[in-house]
Amino acid sequence: MSDRAVLAVEDLTVTIGTRRGPARAVAGVDWSVRAGETLALVGESGSGKSMSVLAATGLAPRSARVTGRVHLLGTELTGLPGEDRRRMRGRHVGFVFQDPMTSLNPVLTVGRQVTEAGEEHLGLTRRAARARAVELLDLVGIPSPAERVDAYPHQFSGGMRQRVVIAMALACEPDLLIADEPTTALDVTTQAQIVELVADLQRRLGTAVVWITHDLGVVAGIADTVAVMYAGRILEQGPVDAVFTNPSHPYTTALLAARPDPDGGGDELVTIQGSPPSPLDLPAGCAFWPRCPVRGAARCEHELPPLVPVAADHHVRTFYPHHTDGGVPT
Amino acid sequence: MARFVLRRLLQSCVVLLGVTLVVFLLLQLVPGDPVRVALGTRFDPQTYEALRARAGLDQPLVAQYFDYLGRALTGDLGVSFRSGRPVTSIVLERLPATLSLAVTAVVFATLIAFPLGILSAIRSGSFVDHAARVFSQFGVSVPDFWMGIMGILLFAGVLGWLPPSGYVALTEDPAGWASHVALPAATVGLVTASILTRFIRSSMLEVLSEDYVRTAEAKGLRTRVVVLRHVLRNALIPVVTVVAVQLASLLGGVIVIEVLFAWPGIGRLTYDSVQARDYPVLQGAILLVAALFLLVNLLVDILYARLDPRITVR
Ligand SMILES: Nc1ncnc2c1ncn2[C@@H]1O[C@H](COP(=O)(O)OP(=O)(O)OP(=O)(O)O)[C@@H](O)[C@H]1O
Ligand SMILES: [Mg+2]
Repeated sequence: MSDRAVLAVEDLTVTIGTRRGPARAVAGVDWSVRAGETLALVGESGSGKSMSVLAATGLAPRSARVTGRVHLLGTELTGLPGEDRRRMRGRHVGFVFQDPMTSLNPVLTVGRQVTEAGEEHLGLTRRAARARAVELLDLVGIPSPAERVDAYPHQFSGGMRQRVVIAMALACEPDLLIADEPTTALDVTTQAQIVELVADLQRRLGTAVVWITHDLGVVAGIADTVAVMYAGRILEQGPVDAVFTNPSHPYTTALLAARPDPDGGGDELVTIQGSPPSPLDLPAGCAFWPRCPVRGAARCEHELPPLVPVAADHHVRTFYPHHTDGGVPT
Repeated sequence: MARFVLRRLLQSCVVLLGVTLVVFLLLQLVPGDPVRVALGTRFDPQTYEALRARAGLDQPLVAQYFDYLGRALTGDLGVSFRSGRPVTSIVLERLPATLSLAVTAVVFATLIAFPLGILSAIRSGSFVDHAARVFSQFGVSVPDFWMGIMGILLFAGVLGWLPPSGYVALTEDPAGWASHVALPAATVGLVTASILTRFIRSSMLEVLSEDYVRTAEAKGLRTRVVVLRHVLRNALIPVVTVVAVQLASLLGGVIVIEVLFAWPGIGRLTYDSVQARDYPVLQGAILLVAALFLLVNLLVDILYARLDPRITVR
């Protein structure tokens, strides 16, 4: 296992052309993930989590303009012709998307869908690919894989479909697995099984994982590092332990407070007042300022706070890294 | 599958039975006495009564219907009032002309519409897309007879490449048939193609935004594979119905075009027998068209089940 990042993005921005003008979905983010490691991307809906990984791997919509640098296994992807990016992506990155009910093609057998990446990138023959598909379905815990390989997606339950999607993502033994809210559409028991499955596969295969989620419980359970996103920017990032025990941005504090009590006490859910700004009209200053419980000097409104270190590898984007308790700074 | 086909065939027969009843009753409601028309100026009461009796028109309606149905089951659809020839053979004689025109037109239309529709969807907003949209707009808004006339003027008149009208049987002279079918088929086909292009485009666009297409792209498949294997297969499902409806409606005969190009098809036959109040022939023609329609429907259902595994055939 090398120290080199499997995937690293630097100053990534994504601007999407919409009818109402350019929308800044991602406004300059940096993160990286090493082999065997799990990076969690968390943040509210619309904060740019999905768009940042899609843009990094060349899957952004055609209307999007992507800038910044992306290194996959040391190869600079930005500026690479689309064809090469396609090959790199298929060969080295596996994706698991949110909704297994819609992310599988209804008219192709699951076997076909699991094998096609192997045929394309590893040059497997139809027959070898099929054997491999059975193997993969077995690996992700699908019972009687030799028969199920010829079944169609609608013949599987949601949890089983997500296992198929995971098998598909692992088809080329990728160096990186990107899981975009892979458990959101599943029931609680199945969620736990899928999380366990991915964690187990990661241990066995040494894959790097980028895990996008709203579930901070999952982050605490499986991630090594975490990046908290808000309105297209990272507000806080660092090792999970450091960020969870010492949240240094008011937004992180609020997110952690908003987490439902895992012990199931009848506690009311703490929510953050207000909503994030529109990506069509990002403020010049801190995007969280209007909702910030600290709401310090007018500085926050007009000036973008820099990402500053509060500890080793632990960075936070605020002028007031120590005022996380709601006290108004002076 | 065999049971499915058998059941659908039975259903079709029931529908066809309904069609005979409706056609039979409708024609009773049409004003005008066919025998009187057939006799024209040679009218005299004796011949009139004799002809009516021969055609069974003096019997009560119910008896007339069952009599008709019974004979229809044995393939006897009566005789033409006008020519006295058996309706079955009159109608079947027209089938090859209509069939070959309809099939050629649909093949022509799909050859244009598929590439155009697919390209305009995957390159939406591009030049091809705009061109395709202008083409479809043109095709659906310009009347087919006008296009036919322009085609005749250009290809038969100015260029002299094709005969202006007429029909040669495919079995007798394939080259002659081809040169005669080209203009009417292209005329009808252009209209069909423009309807199809639109439909394929929107169906493709809808599928292109599906999650599983992103999944396919995420796998790093070639664009061609994504489009053909993942998008088209799904986009095809609703398109099949439209192609079938188009084909079925062409099988009913394209009256204006058949008249314009002197094409002896079923449309032309329908037109002529309405003019002549030749009810037996009209009934026969409608019955044949209905049967063809049901057949196309059955084929579509089978194709559907093949394309979409979620449809279970029982
Ligand atoms: N195809 C698109 N066209 C225009 N805007 C888009 C498009 N896709 C995403 N966006 C915008 O980009 C921003 C970031 O979206 P993204 O999907 O990355 O959010 P997310 O953090 O993944 O949210 P969620 O938790 O809901 O998945 C959002 O404001 C969204 O409205
Ligand atoms: Mg998302």
